[in-house]
Amino acid sequence: MAELQFREAIKHAIDEEMELDEDVFVMGEEVAEYNGAYKVTEGLLDKYGFRRVIDTPISELGFAGIGVGAAMNGLRPIVEFMTFNFAVLAADQIVNHASKARYMLGGQVSIPIVFRGPNASAGQLSATHSVAYDSMYAMFPGLKVIYPSEPNDAKGLLKSAIRDDDPVLFMESEQMYGMKGEVSEEEDFTIPIGKGKIKREGDDVTVVATGKMYHIAQNAAKELAKDGVEIEIIDPRTIKPLDIEMIIESIKKTNRCVVVDESHPFGGLASEVGFLIQREAFDYLDAPVQRVTLPDVNAPFSKPLFDLWLPDAKNVVDAVNTVTYRK
Amino acid sequence: MAKKKEKAIFAPIGINNDDGGKIDKAVELPDPTKKTHKQLGLKNEQVIDMFELMYLQRRFEERAMQMYQKGKFGGFLHLYIGQEAISTGTVFAFNDDDDIITAYRDHGWGIVRGVTPNEGMAELYGKATGCSKGKGGSMHFAKVENHYWGGYGIVGGHIPLGGGIAFANKYKDNGRVMACFLGDGAVDQGALHETMNISQLWNLPAIYVVENNGYSMGTSARRHTVNEIVDRAKAYGMKSKVLNGMDVFTVYEEMQKIAKDVRKNSEPWFVEIRTYRYRGHSMSDPQKYRSKDELAEYQKVDPIERVKTYILDKDIAKEEDIEKIQEKIEDTVLEAIDFAEDSPFPEDEALYEDMFAGEPHFHK
Repeated sequence: MAELQFREAIKHAIDEEMELDEDVFVMGEEVAEYNGAYKVTEGLLDKYGFRRVIDTPISELGFAGIGVGAAMNGLRPIVEFMTFNFAVLAADQIVNHASKARYMLGGQVSIPIVFRGPNASAGQLSATHSVAYDSMYAMFPGLKVIYPSEPNDAKGLLKSAIRDDDPVLFMESEQMYGMKGEVSEEEDFTIPIGKGKIKREGDDVTVVATGKMYHIAQNAAKELAKDGVEIEIIDPRTIKPLDIEMIIESIKKTNRCVVVDESHPFGGLASEVGFLIQREAFDYLDAPVQRVTLPDVNAPFSKPLFDLWLPDAKNVVDAVNTVTYRK
Repeated sequence: MAKKKEKAIFAPIGINNDDGGKIDKAVELPDPTKKTHKQLGLKNEQVIDMFELMYLQRRFEERAMQMYQKGKFGGFLHLYIGQEAISTGTVFAFNDDDDIITAYRDHGWGIVRGVTPNEGMAELYGKATGCSKGKGGSMHFAKVENHYWGGYGIVGGHIPLGGGIAFANKYKDNGRVMACFLGDGAVDQGALHETMNISQLWNLPAIYVVENNGYSMGTSARRHTVNEIVDRAKAYGMKSKVLNGMDVFTVYEEMQKIAKDVRKNSEPWFVEIRTYRYRGHSMSDPQKYRSKDELAEYQKVDPIERVKTYILDKDIAKEEDIEKIQEKIEDTVLEAIDFAEDSPFPEDEALYEDMFAGEPHFHK
């Protein structure tokens, strides 16, 4: 194992796959000469040159679509968005073309493309720079959505995403790029898409959390342990396909569940997991499933309001207390 | 009608303007080439092949229209009738492995790139034997093995895809040229402009071709876009050309030159081919936005009649030879209708097929 920053783990995944496959290339805003807006692609231009590490204009619709067309015509593009908040401008290409072209043409094309970049909020950036888009894209058939929480998961899953023959959205976080973690040095290390991981074992409450929210859940776990409450944390890592079996198995043991989701409340991961639990584990529940999400309101700029807006460990503790009838 | 006296506030007023019955030509056609087929390097047989291919597209669509009106199939049906010289001239000018992508007025493009009348008609009927297995319908004819990447239904959405196909060709240095065809309506979409900028910046071997048929659905080109369409190229420093799209020789001559230049220099082009859509935008279009005189004016320069007259005038073939070709095509198209009607619909299992190239997954 090697200790790497999240950004380094992502870069290693890209670098290794670029070494293996000449058809893999990176494009996006500031990925080449600037070495990446968040330094994820640092050094790749020096190593691979301007043919395979390509700066784009600020034209998300244009370069996302060029990526899709290049994938149709035999390449394996990694398209970086400076944040998924800007990918909204490219939504027609992701939602109408990457996810649908194969089906519409009766299977005549395949679209092995990775769209990656940071997702959700990154501090006081106000409303348009702070939205979690994982659940929105997960709604569309044909798209896989990954939102890892730790460097090791990021590396293993990104390598799988690059090798996948279908479109994958791989989501990161500006606030996690500097976070360090042990990363496997195993040769050809990959993690299968669609498999969750039990990251903390506990008997009292199942807490489902991914991405940035996973770390909030870990903080809550420490607080709760002081009171003798042991939560089991499941990180699905992949939003779609969702490893619901792992969640259900855990609930059969704990009989209680809290979902921590960085999206707004309507129609997000929390809603979907809640529905699946009532369908698959109705008889095992000792309390209604609770969720911790953003409120149904836009991100504010002002620090006190922003802190109020973003879920924190206390919100998770409160939800756990609710499902255990401790308050 | 009170409407006729109104002055324009935002866009210019269309057919209801007050200049008294003047034909409001949506597009001005530039002069066609003066060269003979021999001067263009075309053999007699090739001219006959061009006629045959154009006539096939025409009769395929006229029969498809009849079947649609009889209620044989549903969905949209955007007809290419009147524009056949463009598809035909282009495929004769291109190499077989040059890439073509277009929007939803795509039947003609499918036919010129090897979608058989059977496969095409079956696709319209939504049958399993269709070129896209009945999954795409009228707007999604494709034959990827023949480098025809398909029709796409979102106005302007396929333009970046075309750019990407060209990008991959350059990346692989395979010498192929990509041509992306779009309607005049798509000129107003941001996707075109983002793609043009990137294509010029990256020197992509791409040709973006506007088939200006005069109407963005029911809004004439004069009412939906400013200035001359071809002049958009100037903003990007892109090579450009305006062509007469009612003359197959002109399209052939110019597209061949342009493809040669793209292959040699790997620099993109922006081409406006002026043509005319005889039929409505789709089958539900009552066409109240244009005059019958205007339509009649363009039908005088019908591209198929034009090449037929040429063939007869130059004694390339006799009237009875032409009639034989027409009869053969009529049979082919009628057989295609029989084939489509006799073909099975996709099995229920097909609903879940063709979603994934790799391991399928469906959330339940």
